[in-house]
Amino acid sequence: MVITSTTYSCYITCGFWFLPFHQYPFTFSAIEMASKPETEHPKQAFGWAARDTSGVLSPFKFSRRETGEKDVAFKVLFCGICHSDLHMAKNEWGSTTYPVVPGHEVAGEVTEVGSKVKNIKVGDRVGVGCMVGSCHSCQSCGEDLENYCSKMIQTYSSKNVDGTITYGGYSDTMVVDEHFIVRIPDALSLDAAAPLLCAGITVYSPMKHFGFDKPGLHIGVVGLGGLGHMAVKFAKAFGVKVTVVSTSPNKKKEAIERLGADSFVVSREQDQMKAVMGTFDGIIDTVSALHPLMPLLGLLKNNGKLVMVGAPEKPLEFPVFSLIVGRKTIGGSMIGGMKETQEMIDFAAKHGVKPDIEVVPVDYVNTAMERLVKADVKYRFVIDIGNTMKASS
Amino acid sequence: MFARSILFSIKDGSCRRNKFMVIHRCRQPSSPVISLMETALSTLHFIHTKNNSSRDRWRNHPKPNSHSKLLVWAARDTSGTLSPFHFSRRENGDDDVSVKILYCGVCHSDLHTLKNDWGFTTYPVVPGHEIVGVVTKVGINVKKFRVGDNVGVGVIVESCQTCENCNQDLEQYCPKLVFTYNSPYKGTRTHGGYSDFVVVHQRYVVQFPDNLPLDAGAPLLCAGITVYSPMKYYGMTEPGKHLGVAGLGGLGHVAIKFGKAFGLKVTVISTSPNKETEAIDKLGADSFLVSKDPEKMKAAMGTMDYIIDTISAAHSLMPLLGLLKLNGKLVTVGLPSKPLELSVFPLVAGRKLIGGSNFGGLKETQEMLDFCGKHNITADIELIRMDEINTAMERLHKADVKYRFVIDVANSLSSL
Repeated sequence: MVITSTTYSCYITCGFWFLPFHQYPFTFSAIEMASKPETEHPKQAFGWAARDTSGVLSPFKFSRRETGEKDVAFKVLFCGICHSDLHMAKNEWGSTTYPVVPGHEVAGEVTEVGSKVKNIKVGDRVGVGCMVGSCHSCQSCGEDLENYCSKMIQTYSSKNVDGTITYGGYSDTMVVDEHFIVRIPDALSLDAAAPLLCAGITVYSPMKHFGFDKPGLHIGVVGLGGLGHMAVKFAKAFGVKVTVVSTSPNKKKEAIERLGADSFVVSREQDQMKAVMGTFDGIIDTVSALHPLMPLLGLLKNNGKLVMVGAPEKPLEFPVFSLIVGRKTIGGSMIGGMKETQEMIDFAAKHGVKPDIEVVPVDYVNTAMERLVKADVKYRFVIDIGNTMKASS
Repeated sequence: MFARSILFSIKDGSCRRNKFMVIHRCRQPSSPVISLMETALSTLHFIHTKNNSSRDRWRNHPKPNSHSKLLVWAARDTSGTLSPFHFSRRENGDDDVSVKILYCGVCHSDLHTLKNDWGFTTYPVVPGHEIVGVVTKVGINVKKFRVGDNVGVGVIVESCQTCENCNQDLEQYCPKLVFTYNSPYKGTRTHGGYSDFVVVHQRYVVQFPDNLPLDAGAPLLCAGITVYSPMKYYGMTEPGKHLGVAGLGGLGHVAIKFGKAFGLKVTVISTSPNKETEAIDKLGADSFLVSKDPEKMKAAMGTMDYIIDTISAAHSLMPLLGLLKLNGKLVTVGLPSKPLELSVFPLVAGRKLIGGSNFGGLKETQEMLDFCGKHNITADIELIRMDEINTAMERLHKADVKYRFVIDVANSLSSL
């Protein structure tokens, strides 16, 4: 069946963030692309790009557009390393256009604003997340849900309205439409703010939408990585009880003492899982590797909700019975709209919700990627672009 | 002697004709006068009960609340073949209602249970949880029901009555619920509606609307509540919204009727193009989508606010998820015997949701029946005799029924 085979293959090949809904085709001439990056736009730019499926990043000269009347140009100071960057650098989702400059957790300082920019001025501290464009006319855009717009343009490796490919935050400058700029309050340092722009909003949005923010609820967080540790912190800021569900017993101490989780369950320990069955109002599942859903559904109370924010490449086994006998639901969520992202940043600043980061120089990025493959980071690498990315390097 | 003979006849549960004979065999007339009185009384009794309407024919059958062997139809092994079987029901307790069963719907769950598809059948099993009948006795604590009331009994006959679920009228989620059949119950097991009567705690009995036909209303006790409950819970009742009904069988056809009663636009999603005319002309659906037609499915992508998935066979959820709008809800009420495959990606990319639901609580079941009474909603049925049940099960397996078999228990069980 066409829908099942080709649409599904589009989901796989186009990857998690890179949806098959775009109007624009993904195929380009390799020769055409090779001559474009440095000259296709008037402003010189510099970044680090991967050129092939090895995913190895290296210095890359390209260009940015002139600051349009609605644009904000800013100097990039920090950029978080999201797991999506790794997938895209290696073309694991099959949708990468090389050379690819990853990075969609970008924080910096404004250097120029267009004539029609209202709310941002030079010198402001700003951020950019996963999107740099949308149609502004569909129902999703109308509801401030640009993340679900079928014509949404991703921050990198996506085709822009002028036909060029977008380049992300592993670079020295960016030029972005004001609509997709987030203001970063002074209470947040820019290095800590950067991961909020993807990891933060990716868990904040569903926690609000699915009602996991009501004090007194018991929420489970599955997986303790970049997304998971943010979910724990937001949950505590919401006043909910948090249990981390993880395969790694050695994460327990940190989860409780440092991140503030109320309890910790090792998912491979039957006794521990059994002891907490039917005790969760909701679960945020941040794991994108293949994993069984049935044990997680068993942890939910009746009417409980399991929300997926990691998207495994292959289908998971879905035990219908487990949903039916407890009137449970499985939902999904993908980043968040711009209004919501600003709300999240403001909330984080107000409540002191900051990611745990390891700041690295840009020439450490390949090593960081290798460690990220092994989940050897607590809990997000952030590249110190401002101090370490030099055009001459 | 006279009194004793009457008591004896009541206790042995024999039919009216036998009772008449027993009275006259057992008694030793003490005088010609008394003999005449007894004859007169017996004759009066006979005239009083003589009635050929189907609703009153039960009066000719044995009275409940006896320890005698009752005739039911049960399956004894995984072949699922049903055949006559005898067992007994409990006495009618203070909180109990005895129901003479008139009709019993044949639910697909009955078929799954007969064949032990779900792996927890204990044989012999007497299925049937879409029961409609008439009250023949009530316990002293029963205030809601009177002898002669038309009532229904659905999927459960007991729950703990103390847990949070029970207190919220969500008995269907009580961890100690007892199903109408195939459930352990006080050292024995429950047996369902393929029998001529049942004794049930009053809490698990519902009033049947006066204006609805009993036979066509029987399937509401499971099929009806199974779609009504999630439609209410998941908010699939907003007039003007677009509901997809996947699967056009017992559950699906009732979902269409509820959907129209809620003011929704209803599209049936089915593998069978030959069901289209009936779905639209007879059941009232607004449109029909053949799920095996890729062009039509593609054209319908992102157009539905919600989908009720009533399909119990293994099937792919991905095409159905694709039909949903952003924030759309897919509610699954079918019970496949094996896990399905779930692609998480469509959920994430459209903030969609898959939910489950398990029939409904008793308060909600009563609400559903009252709603059906108000909107004149019943199932489309094929009435069968008890001895046709095995053929019916074979046809049900092939989905060859429009859209629910209902056993005419009163007219066909005890005569066999």
